[in-house]
Amino acid sequence: MRVVVDLNRCQSYGQCVFAAPEVFRFQGAESLEYDHVPDAGSDQAVERAALACPAQAILLGRSAEAGVVSQAVAAEMR
Amino acid sequence: MTSTQPYPAAAAYGRLLDQANRHDPYPYFAELAGEPIQRLAEHRWVVSRHADITALLRDPRLSAQDDVDPEGPAGSDGKPFRGPFLMLDPPHHNTLRDQTMHQFMPRIMGMGPRIEAMVARLLDRQAGTGPGEFDVVTALAYPLPVGVICELLGVPAEEEPVFHSFASRLTRALDPVESLTEQEIAELQVTRADWRDYLMPMIARRRDRPGPDLVSGLLTDGDPETRMNTVELATTLGLLLIAGHETTVNLITNGTLALLRNPDVLDRLRADPGLAPAVVEEALRYDPPVQQTSRRATADVRIADQVVPAGDQVVILLGAGNRDPRRFAEPDRFWPERPGNAHLAFGGGVHYCFGAALARMEGQAALSAIATRLTRPRLVADPPPYRANMLLRGPEELRVGFDAVTG
Amino acid sequence: MTPRRIVIVGASLAGLRTADSLRANGFTGELVLIGDEPHEPYDRPPLSKAVLAGRTGTDRLFLPSAQDLNARRLLGVAATGLDLAAGEVRLADDRRIGFDRLVIATGSRSRPWPVPGEAALRGVHLLRGREDADRIRADLTAGPRRVLVIGGGFTGSEVASSCHDLDIPVTVALRGAAPMASALGEAVGTAIGARQRAHGIDLRVRTTVTALHGDAEGRLRRVWLSDGDELEVDVAVVALGSVANTEWLAGCGLAADPRGVECDAAGRAMGLDCAVVPDVYVAGDVARWRHPHFDAEPQALQHWGNAVDQAEVAAHNLTHRHQRPATALPAFWSDQFGLNVKSVGLPHLADQVVLTQGSFERGPFVAAYGRGGITVGAVAVNSPRVLDGYAALITERAPFPPAINATDSPADATVLSAGSNSAESSGPALTTVHGGQS
Repeated sequence: MRVVVDLNRCQSYGQCVFAAPEVFRFQGAESLEYDHVPDAGSDQAVERAALACPAQAILLGRSAEAGVVSQAVAAEMR
Repeated sequence: MTSTQPYPAAAAYGRLLDQANRHDPYPYFAELAGEPIQRLAEHRWVVSRHADITALLRDPRLSAQDDVDPEGPAGSDGKPFRGPFLMLDPPHHNTLRDQTMHQFMPRIMGMGPRIEAMVARLLDRQAGTGPGEFDVVTALAYPLPVGVICELLGVPAEEEPVFHSFASRLTRALDPVESLTEQEIAELQVTRADWRDYLMPMIARRRDRPGPDLVSGLLTDGDPETRMNTVELATTLGLLLIAGHETTVNLITNGTLALLRNPDVLDRLRADPGLAPAVVEEALRYDPPVQQTSRRATADVRIADQVVPAGDQVVILLGAGNRDPRRFAEPDRFWPERPGNAHLAFGGGVHYCFGAALARMEGQAALSAIATRLTRPRLVADPPPYRANMLLRGPEELRVGFDAVTG
Repeated sequence: MTPRRIVIVGASLAGLRTADSLRANGFTGELVLIGDEPHEPYDRPPLSKAVLAGRTGTDRLFLPSAQDLNARRLLGVAATGLDLAAGEVRLADDRRIGFDRLVIATGSRSRPWPVPGEAALRGVHLLRGREDADRIRADLTAGPRRVLVIGGGFTGSEVASSCHDLDIPVTVALRGAAPMASALGEAVGTAIGARQRAHGIDLRVRTTVTALHGDAEGRLRRVWLSDGDELEVDVAVVALGSVANTEWLAGCGLAADPRGVECDAAGRAMGLDCAVVPDVYVAGDVARWRHPHFDAEPQALQHWGNAVDQAEVAAHNLTHRHQRPATALPAFWSDQFGLNVKSVGLPHLADQVVLTQGSFERGPFVAAYGRGGITVGAVAVNSPRVLDGYAALITERAPFPPAINATDSPADATVLSAGSNSAESSGPALTTVHGGQS
């Protein structure tokens, strides 16, 4: 699972910090920090956090695609 | 103005307030949401759409504060005391709320297993192999939040009935003052005084011998300069009790009702208890425990094509915004898997529900247990009877029949 | 007509979000994502904050995509040319990639230190990509005597904050009158600067760095400042703003220069004749455009949120006949010294500013910005939950100063001169507009 928070939308309600404290935390009174690539064991907690966000600012990537650095395929791409 | 009604929205709003419609206010919400903003009376407006409500709850020009009574006792900021932080604006609101949050959050972190155990114990009382029925309100929805708040405050179990009684009586304080009779207002004054009388010895004990509880934390932690005084402390504890109580009752009861009316969702939750967080969010949207709130404009505020003059009151229909088809596809469908469920049940902005995280935990534990432990649950009466309260709306009782309650 | 192959040049936030949104919009054709960095797309805002302070690593910043992109990713290879007539992108390894539609999202890079010999000293850094952050982090963990931050924009201020988190002495030298003044104006910049100083930062305004000196091994040891001071410094971070990555577009016929690629609000690239070039879109830091809400010159909005908004607009317009303009109000944030700074609208356009809530001296505050008597922006410090009210004022072009009258509004709200870019526009000392190290 990958996570990104739109920190423009985020209004620091802290619901994610409560739902998944191992992934989301406050650094200062209103500044959210988080792990973009949490451990697999946190998946459920992260999903709870995304559901609970009042600003719906948490985007989760469930895509299983690997990040392939692909150069070989380019030859036939003309 | 009493005999003839110059404002059409007032009629729809009147039907919303009518006890006869308490079991299903949503047609009236939809009617009111036909326009973004309408006048209910001189200096009183109603707003019903999701986008407008979201913006207004996060607008500093909408005050949650009533006019200050200069005769009141002093708050910790040296100014006249104005009530619980729910009804205060920044900056004093933040001082009180932050202090309370600082004590509250660490204590509810990790409370999930304790809450699940409380739910299990409450349902154990119904356990048996035979068919039967029980009232979700008295057997589960009421005792759970009282048990949780008593544990947070370090109150022994035998005092829970006292808390329960205070919670019910103080809840009227959240209703709009104009909806209360003079007698009710007088009773409320007495209840508030009783509450302070009840708390003072406890506060004194905690001050002398602080324990691990929230009250001790509020009395001893942080900067003594800004620490809340005794009146503020008693008021804050009252707020936690009433705001965290009836609301959670309604969440659990409304959620149970929605599940029993939507057996496909109940089956999905039974098969996958991991769906519980989404079910709770959807219950909060579909049938929110708090149906409306209100604010006072501190400056002229434009809402859609209308300018609401400074000083006017704005009634915000959270229940209507939660069914706004401009924001939610198929708004009248109970659909936990819906994407982007930005419901308004907990409000928003600086007054976003203080206890949202705790309410979610209690709701998830209760609804999962209902789904997994009751064999063939069904409603005994549909609709169930509702309490008179419109602001904090919920069934008075919710009798559920079952074939068995598994252990 | 639905395109068969869309090529996106630039595989950072804007490029990735364009690809993601194309799939969300139902585009089923071929998608090619080209990026010069040999990494999957990653999030840059944490580089100057959590990464430098050691709270996360650069290998843990990968960006999610909500959809299966099913894209061919050509990563680690830069685009070096564009042939519009042939519909081809030329790559650094001389390969050519044909396209039906093209999205330009090549972003920007840090403006380098102008003296090459000094820039080459070990210990002198730019901060743009994850390798930069790794190098600075390594230098910070080695226990430098002092860090010099050159430039007082958002990136510079955040770097200083991270050094402060690590208890490393920091000097910030900036040409302007206050940190972040080109984006937030002098009044707010001065208020935040005072709080930086309260954390022990050696903040030197109207000060430039006159020389960087290394030792025999070519390692930075000493710096000279225009105020006559000389400091023993082991690490310098050059944070002097950015230039758009447009060299690869030279001579292709698009209106591209170091300020960006000009495009309309729908994201469509413009030619040198100021006409829209068919089938070519621009998104993110590299896009230079005129926001329809504001009466201003075309400009690049180098914000995280702008990359997201423009990516979504480009993806919509690539898949629909109706071309939708980008209308979302610009917004950005910065986190530094325990302060959450959030902006909505375009405060840097303002000629006037007024404190509307709280106090510049302590605690949270909000300031509103006006231009020609119209509210055009707002900045909230540790007050993220009231900003939507200001967004509404900006959207409706409310008169400035706006009436707020909140309980925490100051009794006498003095309208101040914004003093933002007029004083700054001459030099490269500060970023023009910047948010979250986008």
